[in-house]
Amino acid sequence: MAGLDVRGLSVSLFTRGGVLPALSEVSLSVQPGRTLALVGESGCGKSMTALAIMRLLPEPPARIIAGQVMLGDTDLAALPERRMLGVRGKAVSMIFQDPMSSLNPVVTVGDQIMEVLRRHEGLTGRAARMRAAELLALVGISDAEARLDEYPHRLSGGMCQRVMIAIAIACRPAVLVADEPTTALDVTVQAQILELLKRLQAETGMALLLITHDLGVVAEMADEVAVMYAGRVVEQGPVDAIFAAPLHPYTRGLLGATPSGGTAGRHTRLADIPGSVPSLAELPAGCAFAPRCPLAFAACAAQPPLATLAPNHLAACFAAQGMPADAAAGA
Amino acid sequence: MLLQARDIGVHFATPRGLLRAVAGVSLEIDAGETLGLVGESGCGKSTLGRAIMRLVPIAEGELLLEGQYITRLEGTALKQVRPKVQMVFQDPVSSLNPRRRVGSLVGQPLSVAGWSRRDIADRVAELLAQVSLPKDAADRYPHEFSGGQRQRIGIARALALSPKLVICDEPVSALDVSVRAQVVNLLKDIQDRLGVGYLFISHDLSVVENVADRLMVMYLGRVVEQGRAADVLARPAHPYTHALLSAAPVANPALARTRQRVVLQGELPSPVSPPSGCAFRTRCPFAEARCAAEAPLLRPATADGQQVACHFDFSERFAAQATGVPA
Repeated sequence: MAGLDVRGLSVSLFTRGGVLPALSEVSLSVQPGRTLALVGESGCGKSMTALAIMRLLPEPPARIIAGQVMLGDTDLAALPERRMLGVRGKAVSMIFQDPMSSLNPVVTVGDQIMEVLRRHEGLTGRAARMRAAELLALVGISDAEARLDEYPHRLSGGMCQRVMIAIAIACRPAVLVADEPTTALDVTVQAQILELLKRLQAETGMALLLITHDLGVVAEMADEVAVMYAGRVVEQGPVDAIFAAPLHPYTRGLLGATPSGGTAGRHTRLADIPGSVPSLAELPAGCAFAPRCPLAFAACAAQPPLATLAPNHLAACFAAQGMPADAAAGA
Repeated sequence: MLLQARDIGVHFATPRGLLRAVAGVSLEIDAGETLGLVGESGCGKSTLGRAIMRLVPIAEGELLLEGQYITRLEGTALKQVRPKVQMVFQDPVSSLNPRRRVGSLVGQPLSVAGWSRRDIADRVAELLAQVSLPKDAADRYPHEFSGGQRQRIGIARALALSPKLVICDEPVSALDVSVRAQVVNLLKDIQDRLGVGYLFISHDLSVVENVADRLMVMYLGRVVEQGRAADVLARPAHPYTHALLSAAPVANPALARTRQRVVLQGELPSPVSPPSGCAFRTRCPFAEARCAAEAPLLRPATADGQQVACHFDFSERFAAQATGVPA
């Protein structure tokens, strides 16, 4: 089974107001059976990355302007749409944040699952129905056979997300992209869905690209973590290193702003990051985090490269790289 | 006591029968105090908040604000009380009218209360400063602000008439992590400065842990556990509280790998036809025959005020479970 390897992916938004850099040189890789969590706040480009991988970008205004999305030896970014149709939902699948609105409300659950089976596996009739029921049972829906004839509105949010997962894994994809799969769900149901994803991954060995803003979910699920800010990966590394020894000041800020169970009481003050995420139209030159960064210095007027600072642990920050101010400014 | 609620019940008539959204809930909030209210969607926590605001009819029980019965106030009498209880909403985008300038949004409660134009302008400037928004914010429109700033506008509006009690309904759930901390800190600062009481409604235990003095956990319209926040979080007595705490992801990979999690099966039953006896029994790992027959009443769990609505005493069982010893 092949993993996913995103190399130098850049996406721009071609708007009337000008060309906006939505993603800049994003490189990520997820191995089979592993989970990469893509973390960041709204507008950081994490969903844009997922859509670019799936070739579901809203075009126009968005367009991939550079980079590759390698699945084995195939570059998905270069595939014509006709061939991408054979990949999407088969080799690479995606589940979305809002399960209620991602399912077609006027088509039964069973028909929505069987559509994938018919399209990619050539299954029809009785065989498709049996496999669909099998899939529903696999994602933990009881009385699966009867549920096939239900419409989505009859199911709860958690159930709908299970159906979405059943559709996504129907063709045993090599890569599953999950964009905030539990954000719309209650915490007890979130725990069920995360457990389900882990179990399916263990059984099928698929690579999981998990997009989330919730550092708790990251800690529970991820093997590796990539932190994004303003369209760039600013830090990347093994989950333990990211939480125990974060290198980028933005990652440190995010961790500080996250209440961690047990230690924080009523009278501890949460660390906050001053200001808010800049809009793509007014990105500062150089490091986009510099205006909010407690460590910013002269060098930060230039774009810091993503450099390896510890084993498998990369950060794009001059301060973390310990680069003297004048050397960086001259670079 | 700032607010007292006694045996509050809120009912809605639905095509499928009477829905008891809130049943028999009693609570107290003191000035300068925060009561955290947690539970999953559909547990009745927002409805309870709206009942205290007198925005939904209260079918049963009594509501006292500063010792005054407000349960059945109407017309002018209700209008006189309204300024004392204000609300901050979850979604800072849809709770602000996009066609009105921030100054007019924040000043609206004041003009309803009959303030003069000059006084309103002064008060709006003061309020914007209180929530750390720039002075010129008054002349701009909501869309010119980020989510966190918009929530500050909502907070400024809630504070306009110097309320005694602010109902915060998921005030930071729609915000990004870094901004969430800013708003939580702001709410705490305001409380320290003005001594307002908060009813802080949230589904996120980690946020509640950081703001609440006392904590109330609701399930299907009823209170299942309450007490000092630190006590309830450290020593939950109700299986549902225990499960909620266990389900909440912890931002610590090492702990996440080693800890024992209780993953509840199933989902919230329909509140129109709740299970007999204890409403939680259909998902409770410890349910016995008695739980179907008899609804547990809220009773003291510890000597220091923690209360639980469960027939059994689970504190030790939970401790045993954590070490892997079968209960």
